[in-house]
Amino acid sequence: MTATAVALPAPVVEMIGVRRFFPGPPEVQAIREVDLVIGQGEYLSIVGPSGSGKSTLLHLLGLLDNPTGGVYRLDGVDTSNLRERRRAVLRGERIGFVFQSFHLLDHRTVLENVALSMVYVGVPRKERLARARVALERVGLAHRMEFAPTTLSGGERQRVAIARALVAEPSLLLADEPTGNLDTVNAEAILEVFDELHAEGMTLAVITHDDQVSRRAQRQVRIVDGTLQW
Amino acid sequence: MVNPQTGLPDPAGGPSTSPSTSPPARRRLLARLRLGLAELVLRVGRPSRRGRLTRGPGLRRGSAVRLRRGPAVRDLLDEALAGVAARPTRLILTTLGTVLGIAALVGTLGLGQTAAGQITQRFDLAAATRVVVQPEDKGGQEGEAATQLPWDAPDRLARLNGVDAAGTVSALDIGDDMVRSVEGLDGQKTGYALPVLAGSAGLFDAVRASLKTGRFFDAGHDRRGDRVVVLGKHAAEKLGINRVDSQPAVFIGDQAYTVVGILDAVSGRAELLDGVIMPNGAAKTEFDLESPDAVEIRTQVGAAQLIAGQAPVAIEPNNPSAIKVDAPPVQGGVRRGVESDLNALFLLLGAVALLVGGLGIANVTLLSVLERISEIGLRRALGAARRHVAVQFLVESVIVGFLGGLLGTAVGVLLTIGVSWGRDWTPILDNRLAIGSPLLGALIGLIAGTYPAWKASAIEPITALRGT
Repeated sequence: MTATAVALPAPVVEMIGVRRFFPGPPEVQAIREVDLVIGQGEYLSIVGPSGSGKSTLLHLLGLLDNPTGGVYRLDGVDTSNLRERRRAVLRGERIGFVFQSFHLLDHRTVLENVALSMVYVGVPRKERLARARVALERVGLAHRMEFAPTTLSGGERQRVAIARALVAEPSLLLADEPTGNLDTVNAEAILEVFDELHAEGMTLAVITHDDQVSRRAQRQVRIVDGTLQW
Repeated sequence: MVNPQTGLPDPAGGPSTSPSTSPPARRRLLARLRLGLAELVLRVGRPSRRGRLTRGPGLRRGSAVRLRRGPAVRDLLDEALAGVAARPTRLILTTLGTVLGIAALVGTLGLGQTAAGQITQRFDLAAATRVVVQPEDKGGQEGEAATQLPWDAPDRLARLNGVDAAGTVSALDIGDDMVRSVEGLDGQKTGYALPVLAGSAGLFDAVRASLKTGRFFDAGHDRRGDRVVVLGKHAAEKLGINRVDSQPAVFIGDQAYTVVGILDAVSGRAELLDGVIMPNGAAKTEFDLESPDAVEIRTQVGAAQLIAGQAPVAIEPNNPSAIKVDAPPVQGGVRRGVESDLNALFLLLGAVALLVGGLGIANVTLLSVLERISEIGLRRALGAARRHVAVQFLVESVIVGFLGGLLGTAVGVLLTIGVSWGRDWTPILDNRLAIGSPLLGALIGLIAGTYPAWKASAIEPITALRGT
């Protein structure tokens, strides 16, 4: 797959000339001039060695960070001039995060962890729980709903995190080294879930340094020294 | 998709129904902005309408029109509650300072109120209406003739407004004479060395005397010099007299006196219960009583101080300073004394404990913010704005403060009740104190949580999500 994807009618992500410099001596040019378009339903992987700027790119994609320059449109919404409050709403509604270290709340049940992602979007409580159950069944954890995350295996925890990312119906699923803390068997299971999601029309962007993981994607982009290579 | 009902947003894109802010809605918004803090809290979480309007015209996707609002207030409270409940041991330790402070405050104020109420009650019942008048100590005025109370002192005093009853009382010197119930009977020959007293008819009313049986002597017995006596209940027991319908007699020396009644209780002058009381008339003829020793006065409630001032003048207009008056102390003085002595110290202690408690909450909340950095990052990634994070930590510390206040109030109330029970007091507690104290705890939590909450809201999600 190549840049033909740009031609898709409604890109989820549209980055034009995006830069991110960290000031202060010495200035770090983490991202320089990135143009990236992710079409709807695409499954993209961004590979790169550590220090290549892929974390920074993930933060920019996830609206966790502001670009120094350039234009970033998410679902057609220009995010450059949005205030923090608005960006938080957009983030909650449009982006589902899956982290390497899962980031589950240990003191809450699996079900509550999944339902949490709809709290700040304003979904009523009953609907939250109902949808969280459906999402957990979807990732095969119906039997673990009332468990504490600490009692689950790594693969199970990551599946909870995926359920949490999906349940708010995001436009973009953003995964940061999703298999980094998992053994091969569990990693394979997670990648299978991603394949299924892709088949169902979800837009995915997976950031990884692992070529095995990267190869599963429909399209691969390599990032080196803050620039993308096709 | 995940949820079959909602499914994926329609990619074709329905007609863009981006919410236009109608004039009434805008007016409502403005009105809402003018409201106070409560409304501010309710507004937390609702996205600003301006933000929605910034969406570009290129907006095509159906999902863009999802009419979602921010988190409900209840959800934010739930999150804060869950955050507090997650670490119960820490919660208890954190509240400890507030518990102690509030308990000290409530206990001090409660006991102060209880003690003050108790003092008032005791004085009202017995002593607050009792005034005793007697001549100044005879030794004090050497050379001068000792002041004597006039026989008509009760009548003079009765004319004062505020005097309910007055009567003289005098101890009689009976020398070596013994008191016996039956002359010449075995075992009674020697009799008992009982105190013999003389009184006017008004004495019994003045000391609130009640009878076990029989009657009091009256002004007629007094005037005629009848040889009648009223026995105190302890004296009657010793003499073996328990009924008067057969007109029993007691002998003082060789002289017989008819018993007309037996006293059951008196207030103030307990020696009446141990003695034999005869009218002044008989005492004058038999024992040469020259003048009364003292006058017992029963005043109306609240009149004791007034009567204490007027009585010497009424009795001895020429030389009022020769009359000594015993009157109850001014009530307000006692109460004020109790409150200032006891309370100042404990209130200070309570305030210090509250300060320490507040600092404790601030400390632990700050610690918990640092501990939960990754949780904060996660919440931000899930769409929480800075203020949602701030509100969560603020509410958590308010909950901690409120719980501390609630527990402290309970401890303080129990303390008040416990001490009251131990001293046979009636516990008195102001309702406002019981309701206000938990709120004070919540206020302390609010103040203590401000800095940690601000700190939490300033955490950048990137830093928070990195690593671990």
